[in-house]
Amino acid sequence: MNIAVAVDDEVSHEAQSSASEAGPAAKRVVVGYGFWIFLLSDIVMFAAIFAAYAVLAHATAGGPGGVLLFNQRSVAIETGCLLASSFTCGLMSLATGSRRYAGTYLAALITFVLGASFLALELREFAGMIAIGAGPQRSAFLSAFFTLVGCHGLHVTAGLVWLTVMMAQVAIKGFRPTVERRLLCFSLFWHALDIVWVWLFTVVYLMGVLS
Amino acid sequence: MTDTQYDRAPGDATALPDVEQGTSSGVLVYTSGLFLAVVLTAMSFWVANTSLLWAGGVSLGLTVLAIAQMGVHLVFFLHVTTGPDNTNNVMALAFGVLIVALVVVGSLLIMADLNDNMMLAAELMNLQMQH
Repeated sequence: MNIAVAVDDEVSHEAQSSASEAGPAAKRVVVGYGFWIFLLSDIVMFAAIFAAYAVLAHATAGGPGGVLLFNQRSVAIETGCLLASSFTCGLMSLATGSRRYAGTYLAALITFVLGASFLALELREFAGMIAIGAGPQRSAFLSAFFTLVGCHGLHVTAGLVWLTVMMAQVAIKGFRPTVERRLLCFSLFWHALDIVWVWLFTVVYLMGVLS
Repeated sequence: MTDTQYDRAPGDATALPDVEQGTSSGVLVYTSGLFLAVVLTAMSFWVANTSLLWAGGVSLGLTVLAIAQMGVHLVFFLHVTTGPDNTNNVMALAFGVLIVALVVVGSLLIMADLNDNMMLAAELMNLQMQH
């Protein structure tokens, strides 16, 4: 009786042994964790730019403010594009997980098109603002605005380039472990960009048009 | 012994890859995440534009909605859970959130305090900056 209990204890203890007792983690976990740390540091950088923007938001130097410049309709479309592309990026990682080439390519294509439409809308908005003399040199508010939104736009551009490279790698190398790890990092990057955009449209565009 | 818990990579949905079941339930997770995010985004835009709500509380409401949507993204898209295989990811995230909060709240507090302490100068400066 006692022995049986002792054995049970031992088995349940082994079954619940913690992660640190399970030996070295798989490479996928280590790579993913490292990229997770990078993303968090990237988000800390965004936080500093956000803080600068929030401090300078009213320093318009007599130039146009947010109420005049921001078009909520185009921001709503941009938000929809980025959210939908985050969703298709999730579908892409599912297709990658079950090694379906067609599904991966299709989801990647939709993700790319949605990300590119987001970028096109944002560039059109920037061009419109610069055309009416509201460029980054006009006021501290506009400098902070172009830095913050432009930095996010640069990240999206980098993501689109990365996605193209990854699809070329899938086509040439197939689903080998290195390619799968890179795809995992890409999807982390793309979802993190969407989280940054949530704060961006809330703080810049929605709070910017409040009276 | 086969239950030994390994850490889970950030963004990975399941520790045990069960291809068939994993894909269909994965689609469900992403779809519910998309649905919740769309609802929260629509609410944010409505809150910013409606005149039904007390104007003073709108920015607080927008902040709460943004935090909620960030939570939806983390749980449904990045698969952050409270499970023991996710402890390292969650601890790193918590540290990141701490630094972000310190940077943003600290900057805003210090700048607001400076403006308060230099009341006259700040008013003059704002006059110069805005007009």
